[in-house]
Amino acid sequence: MTYAAKNLTTGGRELIAFRVGDQEFCVNIMSVREIRGWTPATPMPHAPSYMLGVINLRGAVLPIIDFCARLGMKPAEPTVRHVIIVAQVNSQVVGLLVDAVSDILTVSDADIQPTPEIASEFARSLARGVLAIDGRMICLVELDSIFPHHEREAA
Amino acid sequence: MDMNEIKEIFFQECEEQLAELESGLLKLNDGDRDPETVNAVFRAVHSIKGGAGAFGLDDLVSFAHVFETTLDCVRSNRLEPNQDVLKVMLRSADVLADLTNAARDGGGVDEARSRQLIKELEALANGEMPQPGAPEIAKAVAPAAPAPAVNDDGFQPVAFSFDEFEASEPPAIEPSTYEIVFSPKSELYAKGNDATLLLRDLSRLGEMSIRCDMDRLPALEEMNPEAAYFSWEISLKTEKGEEAIRSVFEFAEWDCDLDVTLVSGDASGAGEELPMHPVPFDLSLLDEEAPSRGESAEEDEEMVSQQRDPRSAAASAAATASNVLQMAQTAARAPLENAKVASTASAAQAAAQQAASAAQPTIRVDLDRVDRLINLVGELVINQAMLSQSVIENDTNGTSSINMGLEELQQLTREIQDSVMAIRAQPVKPVFQRMSRIVREIADMTGKSVRLVTEGENTEVDKTVIDKLAEPLTHMIRNAVDHGLETPEKRVAAGKNPEGTVRLTAKHRSGRIVIELADDGAGINREKVRQKAIDNDLIAADANLSDEEIDNLIFHAGFSTADKISDISGRGVGMDVVKRSIQALGGRINIQSKPGQGSVFIMSLPLTLAVLDGMVVTVANQTLVVPLTAIVETLQPEASAIHSFGASQRLISIRNSFCPLVDVGRILNFRATQANPVEGVALLVESEGGGQRALMVDAIQGQRQVVIKSLEANYTHVPGIAAATILGDGRVALILDVDAIVAASRGQTLKPEMTLAATG
Repeated sequence: MTYAAKNLTTGGRELIAFRVGDQEFCVNIMSVREIRGWTPATPMPHAPSYMLGVINLRGAVLPIIDFCARLGMKPAEPTVRHVIIVAQVNSQVVGLLVDAVSDILTVSDADIQPTPEIASEFARSLARGVLAIDGRMICLVELDSIFPHHEREAA
Repeated sequence: MDMNEIKEIFFQECEEQLAELESGLLKLNDGDRDPETVNAVFRAVHSIKGGAGAFGLDDLVSFAHVFETTLDCVRSNRLEPNQDVLKVMLRSADVLADLTNAARDGGGVDEARSRQLIKELEALANGEMPQPGAPEIAKAVAPAAPAPAVNDDGFQPVAFSFDEFEASEPPAIEPSTYEIVFSPKSELYAKGNDATLLLRDLSRLGEMSIRCDMDRLPALEEMNPEAAYFSWEISLKTEKGEEAIRSVFEFAEWDCDLDVTLVSGDASGAGEELPMHPVPFDLSLLDEEAPSRGESAEEDEEMVSQQRDPRSAAASAAATASNVLQMAQTAARAPLENAKVASTASAAQAAAQQAASAAQPTIRVDLDRVDRLINLVGELVINQAMLSQSVIENDTNGTSSINMGLEELQQLTREIQDSVMAIRAQPVKPVFQRMSRIVREIADMTGKSVRLVTEGENTEVDKTVIDKLAEPLTHMIRNAVDHGLETPEKRVAAGKNPEGTVRLTAKHRSGRIVIELADDGAGINREKVRQKAIDNDLIAADANLSDEEIDNLIFHAGFSTADKISDISGRGVGMDVVKRSIQALGGRINIQSKPGQGSVFIMSLPLTLAVLDGMVVTVANQTLVVPLTAIVETLQPEASAIHSFGASQRLISIRNSFCPLVDVGRILNFRATQANPVEGVALLVESEGGGQRALMVDAIQGQRQVVIKSLEANYTHVPGIAAATILGDGRVALILDVDAIVAASRGQTLKPEMTLAATG
């Protein structure tokens, strides 16, 4: 949240856009630590289906979330072409498995349109608005509630 | 460095001084009468007082001062440190610790308590003996003695001045002659003190004559310029008394040998009794010498000449003892020269001397830095393993120099890891010392007489383990004193020493630390425990339990056998919390109890929380690590040993006893159906509560030491999984939580984190 507040004062935001399936999403660039290639993850017992498992990120245990499955879509079949966006979410670091990183966008708050009211968990918990860029629709995602339990803790 | 940092250092030192104080007092309590112990105790209080004064912590200063005064009486043999005196002193040490904490963290202290102790201490200093075992009486009597105004206004810092101090001494109107032998050690000069100044201060007390003893002065070539060779015999006629003389040496007394004897109270007889010829002492000579102290040590030439000078001066002075002026000059100058020649000193000799006298040097390091280092070394170990693995994979002829280098690297990393781990290893002493205070307090509250015996205080274990040990130990000590030990009357009736003993020991055993807490109380009342368990529906009324099983019932949540609930324990939050904290540390706890003879709690804890010896196994194509400590044996099951039991359960017969078979892959949801046990390996594990289970895994890969990585840091707690680690191939492997797996197999569901399963 702090980075959002910071950007509000400066007016512009830098976002990283990525592709999952045929949809495009973007997250605040300040929350992204690094982007790396896919490595096989160690599955976790009793984890939700979108949790692919954990990988070793220079000694830290990094949980990997299949972003596609997290949105309720068909789970990805990870290949070497997939990338992991390592992002800071609150005090934790998570990896998001996405198809590809497509762009870096600089937008102002005025460019962000409110999320259309759609009855879906995704729209409620993750989507923070939509952007129209060159005729494409890019959905702005807030990662704070990428783990559902974080949302509850915060509530 | 700002004031707060300095203050922080002061408080850190306070902690050390308090520990020193307490251990010293306990030594005295055990009958140690070594003057050095008394000195150490005095020194600790004195240092705290000094530091507190610098920071304007008045409460602390005033209390420390009274405490110090009383300790001084012990030091000067005016007060016999018997058990009753020491009881007061130990409680004073507790209050001093409270005051220190209050000064650091804010917050209040029990003022009534400190006020009362001040009175008791003052009473002791005034030669009144404490009422044995009846502090209440002391409470009633003491207020009469000091000024009533103090009581009216509540706590008042005791004002302190040296005048009062001296006034409290019996006024010696008749001048007495003291014979003082003052032999400084080299430390005196090393600390920037100066014999000259001390002697000058002394001369202000009265009429003084002095003789310098130079017998020990060696030839120039043998002389260590930093050593102290002179001693002085002083005859002093003063009205001030011995106390005043000693106070001159107050800041030097640990660095010199000081002997003060009263020769005679009769001034006229003094001259005849002196073994030496009294010589008038001319202070102006000393003053002339004093400025030369500031000169730099680099002036080699001058130094050499001066060095020669005192030697010759000493020689001639020894020959003509009447030449007082020269002697005084020499006496004053020699130490100065000694200090100056430091740079050209024979370094080896000085170093050896220092090593002998100084304690082992230590440095304070921020714990975060150490942890960072440990993390990095963990990475290094993993990285090294990965490197070796890839070299082995890519290099078919294993003779290359790369392989040899790698082997050396492996050894080095292992050594680095061990050394880094050793940094975090700390003796358990501080925790044990805290326990002695708890024992005192509980003993006071319960009216029992308890002696705490500690052994193996220097056993080292990881700092994290030490930090987390204090809470469960406190619980257990409270239980031991409150529940374990009987009242003195009952003890006497049972033919035991009315004073109960609680024994706290620590030792290393096969890569773990074992801490035992034994009391010589009544032992566990198994009938009562059993009845209570039945009342609380913990067991069936007709359950057939072994003694050991009954004893273990006390670890159940909500279990307490105390007849009445006391402030100290008995609220049923005790042993189950203890057990959980010990388990959280990767340890286990056991109890052995003999009716009438007491109980022993045995805790076994890992030495470090950073690495673990594990067995690497494969389950459903996943690599898991099973803590080696949990495994009793491994076996290859035969089809004939597997027996189906009901719909889905299976038992394995091991030497004619049946043990439930637990499929790890199934419990962790790695596979949908149970694996065929004959194709796998069974790990016989011991779980808490004594039961055994056979864990089925597909294959054993080997044993290795793994670096524990937290799962919670970036994810969340996963049921059945204790932590994660990173294997040689760089992949994450999960470390099995054996107890959780066993509990799950007992029917308690290994329930996933509620919210995680609920959505997604």
